[in-house]
Amino acid sequence: MAAENAPSFQELILRLQSYWASKGCAILQPYDVEVGAGTLHPATTLRSLGPRPWRAAYVQPSRRPGDGRYGENPNRLQHYYQFQVLLKPCPADLQDLYLGSLDAIGIDRDLHDVRFVEDDWENPTVGAWGLGWEVWCDGMEVSQFTYFQQVGGQDVELVSGELTYGLERLAMYVQGVENVYDLDFNGAGLSYGDVFLEAEKQYSEFNFEHADVDMLIEWFKGAENQCMALLNLDKPLPLPAYDFCLKASHLFNLVDARGAISVAERASWIARVRELAKGCADAWVKSERALAEAAE
Amino acid sequence: MSELLFEIFCEEIPARMQPRAETDLEKLLGDRLKAAGLDWTSLKTFAGARRLGLVIEGLPVKTADVSEERKGPRVGAPDKAVEGFLRGAGVASLDQCEKREDKKGEFWVARIEKPGRATTEVIAEAIPEVMKAFPWPKSMKFGEGEKAQRWVRPIQRLLCVFDGEVVPVEVFGITASNITEGHRRMGRGPFTVSNFLEYASVLEGEGHVLLDRAARESLILNGARKVCVDAGFELVEDAGLLTEVAGLVEWPVPVLGEMDPDFLDLPPEVITLTMKTHQKYFAVRDPKTGTLVSKFVTIANQVAPDGGAAIAAGNARVLSARLSDARHFWDNDRKTPLWDETGERPDMYSQLAKVTFHEKLGTVADKVERVAALARELAPVVGADPDLAEKAARLAKADLVSEMVYEFPELQGAMGRYYALDQGEDAAVADAIKDHYKPQGPSDEVPTAPVSAAVALADKLDTLVGFWAIDEKPTGSKDPFALRRAALGVIRVLLVGVVRLRLQGQMFGYLGSHFITEDREGNWSLGGASGQGVEIAEKCTQDLLAFFADRLKVHLRDEGIRHDIIDAVFALGDDDLVRVTAKARALQAFLDTEDGAALLAGNKRASNILAKSEDDLAGEPDADYLANAPESAERDLIAALAAAGPAAEKALAEEDFAAAMTALAQLRAPIDAFFEHVTVNTELVSLRRNRLLLLSAIRTAIRAVADFDKISG
Repeated sequence: MAAENAPSFQELILRLQSYWASKGCAILQPYDVEVGAGTLHPATTLRSLGPRPWRAAYVQPSRRPGDGRYGENPNRLQHYYQFQVLLKPCPADLQDLYLGSLDAIGIDRDLHDVRFVEDDWENPTVGAWGLGWEVWCDGMEVSQFTYFQQVGGQDVELVSGELTYGLERLAMYVQGVENVYDLDFNGAGLSYGDVFLEAEKQYSEFNFEHADVDMLIEWFKGAENQCMALLNLDKPLPLPAYDFCLKASHLFNLVDARGAISVAERASWIARVRELAKGCADAWVKSERALAEAAE
Repeated sequence: MSELLFEIFCEEIPARMQPRAETDLEKLLGDRLKAAGLDWTSLKTFAGARRLGLVIEGLPVKTADVSEERKGPRVGAPDKAVEGFLRGAGVASLDQCEKREDKKGEFWVARIEKPGRATTEVIAEAIPEVMKAFPWPKSMKFGEGEKAQRWVRPIQRLLCVFDGEVVPVEVFGITASNITEGHRRMGRGPFTVSNFLEYASVLEGEGHVLLDRAARESLILNGARKVCVDAGFELVEDAGLLTEVAGLVEWPVPVLGEMDPDFLDLPPEVITLTMKTHQKYFAVRDPKTGTLVSKFVTIANQVAPDGGAAIAAGNARVLSARLSDARHFWDNDRKTPLWDETGERPDMYSQLAKVTFHEKLGTVADKVERVAALARELAPVVGADPDLAEKAARLAKADLVSEMVYEFPELQGAMGRYYALDQGEDAAVADAIKDHYKPQGPSDEVPTAPVSAAVALADKLDTLVGFWAIDEKPTGSKDPFALRRAALGVIRVLLVGVVRLRLQGQMFGYLGSHFITEDREGNWSLGGASGQGVEIAEKCTQDLLAFFADRLKVHLRDEGIRHDIIDAVFALGDDDLVRVTAKARALQAFLDTEDGAALLAGNKRASNILAKSEDDLAGEPDADYLANAPESAERDLIAALAAAGPAAEKALAEEDFAAAMTALAQLRAPIDAFFEHVTVNTELVSLRRNRLLLLSAIRTAIRAVADFDKISG
């Protein structure tokens, strides 16, 4: 890929945003709770459930404490960005719409081989799965493309089409850069490393060496309790409850990165988070149905 | 005669599901058309990344008229009966019926004419049925209400043309047309077609879609070979990968790419598997040395204006990133020993204690310790050094916790071998780590090196005895722990290596040492069963031996050994599979001769007579009878038995089964003559008893070789 006319990292985001805005998506901002993937933003997880149509696109910082490499690995980060698109119900021409977004960011599909390769998506922590593909551009996975079938342990009412672009990887591809820290961030001299290298070093140290496991476990229990309490109210509050579900999930990831969870215990931690997610999904669907009925 | 062209045009179908989908479509739609009375001259299916379809040639335009008669009530029967008959037959009045006569008198017969149905009508009915019940391994819901689909991925179009005309089949709210689409980038269309010839030529021309799987495969294979040969190299062929790639591309274009040569110091399996698993690339080697070179072949899905330069470059970068990951695993893994004898350094072996083998059979570390002891015990039997066998068994599973095997489970054993060599282990130990999993399938090679054979046997026997002990046996098509494969593996290792093992005895001892628990009262418990002493262990190993016998039958069936012959040999209680097999082969060869067939018949006759006899048949014929039997035919038989019996016994002791059969063959003529000239059931009680006892003695002599009663005549 010729790097000369390639968009900077921020330009890439702007182009994706304006492209999907033109397709009727609400452009949202990142969610303000730590999450492991853009899918976990309530604009996807919760909004993909219930009877009401929804179209949104947003950038979401994703935190995966265990993927930290102290800034030394050219491809791996414990904090990175995903661009997430959710179309509910899914339009029949989502593949074409998606390919249009590659054109928008300057991938010449005559020169580059774009392929849809089977890859079914599953997130056991939130009881979600769907069928779809990973999209390859010259053998590089540039996006995940999924038709949601279940979320929060429930069959979806309207099938959503979900797209996830790994922004750093996509930018590395279009800019022809081998090391993520060398990415042109703003087209005016700032690199990705200038912005994030120090953070990767500090957070890697924190994630692997200094995170206080006992405290994190206590916090996990607290988040779990708060989530349950909000779900057990006479009139449950699924949105704030879901925040605490996300917090519990992130706290689990931190404890896990410290190597403090054995293989045998892992499954039970995941099951605890999944229970919370299911509870939130159930309560959310109830409130959505009520709203939809009231509107009729 | 007419042609049906049907195409389901949908979003990318997983490559692994395409071959099966073609078969299912042919079967399901074909069956329904046949059931409606349609026949045809040819049916051909096709499937690719974005379409599944078929063309049927030589269909009639309508199904045949059917005329059938229905018998009614007697002439003059009550009105009600007549009315009921007319209604049932769909006939308006008796005027349309005729009278027939039988012995009981006259009765009514209605002739029902069923006109044939238009083929298009049958098609429009059959296709939705087939599609709604299509057995995709995994399917998804898409769309809502009347447009709701359940298919492998969303369907975009249906094309259904019969005899040049659209059949407007409707499925999932989509109505079929005569329009299809080509390659997304190189010739999308849409194209209107009226028959298969036009369809195939427009797709393969302007549409840039190669319809036929076999054509795609051969184009990929030949093209990939050519780009390699043109550069002075050779393609590393891989049939599974070829099939998969043929399902990923509509217009295959092989492109030779260049990878960073620094990665060539990784084990070749790692490079090849990284290319295959993650990127669907073929590896490339030097035809002279056979070693990998720093190239790969990727199959692009389009012709690019730059000749594929950008595609090759992009793919090379991805491969470098993948191989960097592999290098990271390789370097990291080699920092940890497989096993540290001193116990001072953390090793992979000790991590096995955290991996569950089976809930009731303990951790992998538990298994490894059992297998190490058994491998040591079996070492002399296969001619291996006991220390090496034990060590190899102890190291054999350590690589399961390596990062490389976590990433590529297929490399279990292979990585262990590299890591063992890296740590300076004996080559026999390293090879055994790799080869102890073998044979994995019927075409896989059998480990014959002594240390490898010892560990392979020990590992498989431990698995079998263990799962039998906890009563987790294969049932029907369910064999989640691959126990059939393990048993077949044991059989092949024993037979190929001519390993003499008393299988049941060995398993009995092993069961007792590791899987039986004994309480204070001396009660043993084993899996579900509990009881006294050795009974339950006997029963368990007996059952397992029967399982081996079944597997042996399946294994020997391929070389034409009959299953009843194996039963006849096993019936004598032998559990040395090498001997059982040699004997079964000799027996089958013998039974194929005239002597053998006649002896089998003679044995059967003797058995029948003995079974019917009410005499007390304990003991041997009287000495006097043996010396002075009245008829010459029985004297000849007595003499023949006196010679053949010991000769067969001697041959059996020497395991010369052909000679044992030859000895038995000497009995054939005297037996035949005996039955011809001697009346066994004579009135003379003492003579009758002696003759019966003689037959019994003959049978005993034959039975020393095999239980002929188990052989079907």
